[in-house]
Amino acid sequence: MHTNFTPEEQNFEQEVQTFFKDKYPSDIKRKQDYAIPLIKEDFIRWQKVLFTQGWAAINWPVEYGGTGWSTVQKYIFANEMAKANAPAIVPFGLGMVGPVIYTYGNEEQKQRFLPDIAASNVWWCQGYSEPGSGSDLASLKTRADRDGNEYVLNGTKTWTTLGQMADWIFCLVRTSSDVARKQEGISFILVDMKTAGVSVRPIITIEGDHEVNEVHFEDVRVPLSNLIGEEGKGWTYGKVLLQHERTSIAGVARSEYRLNRLKDKIKNANMTQPSLQNDSNFLRKIAALEIELKALEYTELRTLAAVSVGKAPGPESSLLKIRGTEIQQCLDELFMEAAGYFSLPYVPNQYSLESKEINHVGFGSDSVSSLQYFNNRKASIYGGSNEIQKNIIAKHVLGL
Amino acid sequence: MDFSITEEQSALKDVISRFIDNEYDFERRMKIADGDDAFNQEVWNFFVEQGFTAIPFSEQDGGLDGGNIEIMLIMKEIGRGLVLEPFLENIVLAGGILKRLGTVEQKERWLSEIINGEIQATVAFTEPQSRFNLNDIATTAKKQNNQFILNGKKSFVLNGADADLIIIPARTSGSQSDTHGITLFGISKLTDGIIFNTYKTIDGHSATEISITNLEIATDCVIGNVDEGYECLEETIDEATLAICAEAIGIMRSLHDKTVEYSKNRVQFGIPIGGFQALQHRMVDNLMACEQSESLLLWAIMTDQKNKRKSKKAISGLKYQIGTAGKHVGQEAVQLHGGMGISWELDIAHLFKRLSALEILFGNADFHLQRFINLSES
Ligand SMILES: Cc1cc2nc3c(=O)[nH]c(=O)nc-3n(C[C@H](O)[C@H](O)[C@H](O)COP(=O)(O)OP(=O)(O)OC[C@H]3O[C@@H](n4cnc5c(N)ncnc54)[C@H](O)[C@@H]3O)c2cc1C
Repeated sequence: MHTNFTPEEQNFEQEVQTFFKDKYPSDIKRKQDYAIPLIKEDFIRWQKVLFTQGWAAINWPVEYGGTGWSTVQKYIFANEMAKANAPAIVPFGLGMVGPVIYTYGNEEQKQRFLPDIAASNVWWCQGYSEPGSGSDLASLKTRADRDGNEYVLNGTKTWTTLGQMADWIFCLVRTSSDVARKQEGISFILVDMKTAGVSVRPIITIEGDHEVNEVHFEDVRVPLSNLIGEEGKGWTYGKVLLQHERTSIAGVARSEYRLNRLKDKIKNANMTQPSLQNDSNFLRKIAALEIELKALEYTELRTLAAVSVGKAPGPESSLLKIRGTEIQQCLDELFMEAAGYFSLPYVPNQYSLESKEINHVGFGSDSVSSLQYFNNRKASIYGGSNEIQKNIIAKHVLGL
Repeated sequence: MDFSITEEQSALKDVISRFIDNEYDFERRMKIADGDDAFNQEVWNFFVEQGFTAIPFSEQDGGLDGGNIEIMLIMKEIGRGLVLEPFLENIVLAGGILKRLGTVEQKERWLSEIINGEIQATVAFTEPQSRFNLNDIATTAKKQNNQFILNGKKSFVLNGADADLIIIPARTSGSQSDTHGITLFGISKLTDGIIFNTYKTIDGHSATEISITNLEIATDCVIGNVDEGYECLEETIDEATLAICAEAIGIMRSLHDKTVEYSKNRVQFGIPIGGFQALQHRMVDNLMACEQSESLLLWAIMTDQKNKRKSKKAISGLKYQIGTAGKHVGQEAVQLHGGMGISWELDIAHLFKRLSALEILFGNADFHLQRFINLSES
């Protein structure tokens, strides 16, 4: 029993490190390090760098332009990406709809959509949730009625992350209400956001940002050829994707990166809030979190080991999601706690790109800490709330 | 034993409670928060007219002889309504210093004006490096001829941009953390030598960073004795801590009530989510957190103020409870609302943000737990 890398894996690690050192654009890195929100072009430019290297479609099979990496290689890559503080890949295209298309789509659909997803030429968003259907997703009401060789969509999707930037949306919609179980009669349909009748309304979140949207469909006509797989099987396709979302949501490597930044902050606190350095109460909290994170890292490794011998991530991925998001939120709390009063100024754009000057309110990116804390309360709500994850574990693991 | 309030106190509570319900709804509050001004002058005038601003001062000082119970009643409503008007800064902080140490002259010049709404005031109680330690004061005041020369920085001065009077604790002797050697100065905003950097805060309030360079202050602006301002500062901050704990409890109850209400109406899986036992238990926990907090508030209020160690200890105990139970109730309210809990449109998000700011203000849970321990030992 060991967790050492083979010589080949070590070489791979080197290669990845060199890549991040040489190819990660410095202006984007600066934004990341100073918590300046990225714009669409930043994400796309960065993902194109990854694409050029052949490293954008991490989980995809080689035949569709994927890396074909082993589980360990993916793990190494995720770690290095977090250590470099590089932006996470926007999941909707590469992480979500891509796999659904290459698994369940037909040849024509694969050829039509996959290359643009891999190259980040097209921005996707996820249209699952509705005002009346959050946790109980299968109760969704957005309808797609057949009319000749088209579907006609009517309904409202909500909480659509970055929908305002998206070119396409993949939706779960109801194609039949005449079913025994509500999970039946749901279909997976792709919609061009430019189609007549699609409208996007911003939803402002707690910290004041525009990150999510409500998307309305009013008599939106979509060709039948935009249906993925079989009509009425959308629920099955959509669920596969959710399980993937849950493992990646754990964010162990990112939390480790942030934990180290927090320790740096305390180490350097003599310049700012010296009493923090000897605050044993606070230091104990950091230590406790470090232990918890180490446990999660090993839980993740155990899951990876199972996956690498061919098992699919099962309900255990819910465990990673719950503990992973709890740890992220605990980190948010600790950053805010370290900042003290400096977490309270509301300065959404505290850094300007032009100058390195910090709009003088406190040290480091401290007033960002509260915005991060508030915004990231979402982590235990989206991707299936943590309560729903516990229901899944209770049902499928404990058999209750 | 009697936990009931008097008829006058009950009438006071009704007035402010009705005002919140009828004239300070969430929509109006958000308009004020999003506007350029830090608060609404009309609302402040109403506070003055109703006599709220006179409550904690003696009749001799032009006040109504009220105490912590009245402050508690007002602050709870201020919490529930997310009121932005600077009652804490003017009345509890600046008024608190002046009522304790102000000379007759200073009271006439400043306190009466605060009470009748003519001036805005505040206390600059923290510095960039001091975190929650009130005695950590690096701002210096050097006596030169007939005046003092001040230099230093003050952080997070609430209501600072609008304050005509800023009470600034500065070091006249001793080393940076000594409690002796701190002197309180009353400073008019228009004085040369002060630079303001004002910002809105995450809870819709407003604060400012102050840089003081060679600011000249006349000796009649010293409040109390030279070198002996700390005790008054600490007592005032304790009183303010008590006040914001009452505010926090107003918020916690509101969050709790709204969450229970929401859970009765939000349907998922064919039933109201309040029907899920997993959530029921958590709402029961929230209720217990509110009740336990209320009990500590009453403990702190009823603890004999003359026994300083005991009353400080009670206030730290209370603030610790607010820092922990408050955080819990806030996070749970957001979580149980699902996505709605983090949308700007709903009051839940804003109640949660104010509650989070109050957790930090005047010392977080860790700070007060430690202070509680220290006060138990000595
Ligand atoms: C920032 C953000 C981004 C999002 N991005 C997207 C996106 O891009 N695309 C998309 O489709 N969706 C997205 N979502 C939606 C997200 O998936 C839903 O918010 C989530 O499924 C919860 O649904 P809800 O908000 O309606 O809460 P509700 O389902 O109403 O739940 C309210 C509360 O009840 C609890 N609850 C519900 N049922 C049970 C039960 N049976 N047992 C115990 N507790 C229960 C929940 O856990 C929660 O605490 C996003 C959400 C957020 C907040």
